[in-house]
Amino acid sequence: MIEKLKEKLGDLIKDTKVHNERRIYITVDKKDLKKAVKIVFKNMGARYVIVTGVDNFNKFELLYHFSFDKEGGIITSLRVFLDKEKAEIETLSDLIPGIAWIEREIWELLGINFAGHPNLTHLLLREDWPEGIYPLRKEAKENGKK
Amino acid sequence: MGKNKKVVVPIGPYHPLLEEPEYFELHCEGERVVDVKWQPGYNHRAIEKLSESKHWDQVTFLVERICGICSTSHPIAYCNAVEDLLGIDIPERAKYIRSIVGELERIHSHLLWVGLAGHFLGYNTVFMWAWKYREPVLDMFEIITGNRNHYAMLRIGGVRRDIEDEDIPLLKKTLEGLKGKLEMLTKAVLDDPVLAARLKGVGVLTKEDVKNYGAVGPVARASGVDIDVRKDEPYAGYNLVEWKVITTENGDVFDKAVVRLLEIFESIKIIEQSLNAIKGKKGEIWKEVREIPEGEGIGHHEAPRGETFHYIRSDGSNRPVRHKVRAPSYTNIPTFKASCIGETISDVAIILAGVDPCYCCTERVSVYEAKTRKKLYGYKELVELSRKKTEKLRREI
Repeated sequence: MIEKLKEKLGDLIKDTKVHNERRIYITVDKKDLKKAVKIVFKNMGARYVIVTGVDNFNKFELLYHFSFDKEGGIITSLRVFLDKEKAEIETLSDLIPGIAWIEREIWELLGINFAGHPNLTHLLLREDWPEGIYPLRKEAKENGKK
Repeated sequence: MGKNKKVVVPIGPYHPLLEEPEYFELHCEGERVVDVKWQPGYNHRAIEKLSESKHWDQVTFLVERICGICSTSHPIAYCNAVEDLLGIDIPERAKYIRSIVGELERIHSHLLWVGLAGHFLGYNTVFMWAWKYREPVLDMFEIITGNRNHYAMLRIGGVRRDIEDEDIPLLKKTLEGLKGKLEMLTKAVLDDPVLAARLKGVGVLTKEDVKNYGAVGPVARASGVDIDVRKDEPYAGYNLVEWKVITTENGDVFDKAVVRLLEIFESIKIIEQSLNAIKGKKGEIWKEVREIPEGEGIGHHEAPRGETFHYIRSDGSNRPVRHKVRAPSYTNIPTFKASCIGETISDVAIILAGVDPCYCCTERVSVYEAKTRKKLYGYKELVELSRKKTEKLRREI
């Protein structure tokens, strides 16, 4: 599978980490993400699982998990790094309709903007949640204050 | 309701009977639903954040509290994730015990669903049968784990309690006793002409929508997409026993019921074979894990409602730095957007139930006139509407 992915994604791959034969992590550039997702989701027919947003202290990481169920349940995660200042990435909701909800969740919990999202409103937090406070960021304190 | 007037139907968010409050907003034109909006978050407990402040071993019990119905699914997925990070294999006996607990949970969860689906359609006999037959399953849980719910069976590296040899005959006898009753229930549901008229062709979800929304579990399998983590990436004891994945082609509510009912029998098969495999044998039930090294791991489990997905990251300390949880309903619920639109309000209650979210949603349906906010229908009236339709069909057939 890893060879097949390398062949299909080609130059888009910046880094690969093969944890074991069923867990593949591929780092792609922010601007290439949409192209890479198109290949994995549309061409190769992987199932969209979910997106994980991580605050790794220096940067934000987004992991787009896809699963190749019929090829032995291989989970391929496309990883993108985003700068903490002005964290923004293109929305994929036009490509995968179901991704719209998790993008809203990441937007409100981590403060990553998804450019072009049709409905970027609060999902889990209340409507009048103060702007600029992102609970899943590492600097967020227990009481919800910065 | 006047002509061409759009009406907003709020469903939810609270009901004291069941967990997971959620809120749906149906936009209707006359009887037809034209748009659906989903608003979760009423029961947001920040478990992902909380997990970052707990010890690796404590997280197993924390994630068990995510859901009361499928309470062992999250620990299984979480332990799979940590074991994936560690790259360890667990003892065979622990594998069997994990699948026994996992499958018992599927039986009780599916029975719960069948009962409630019957209740919403005005078939209270089905409701009483299904919940009555669910009782022996909970008794089996009590024998194995000591609890009827929140079993606390899992630990990283294996399971916490063994199944004693002297309990196995009683467990097998209970299962055997269930089979005949469940066959009767299945036939009663599947051969009923009124139920067929009420459920067939209602709330159809196409294969394409399954892919677009990432739907999983019985919802996907009813649309002919044969994804099942237990088969696709075998974990626990699922590749050590014989069983098959149930799929149907139509994707309507009836097929979702068929898939769930037939899956119960597959679960019974798995449990029987697993009990036979561990009977009379001794063996380790867990592997000691001292430290979690730096790295990341992904684990998933086929819960009753579909794939539960956990991602964890460790920095080598005694707590996870990030723990992502995705429950199956997270991708199943948005499929309402595909399956509800174009249907009538009286069918919506059962379509929403067909995906098997938590029923608190349908318990609090009320219809308001969009302009004046005057209440037109409450939960009672809507369920009444649904039941009347069944009555009408019953008379016609």
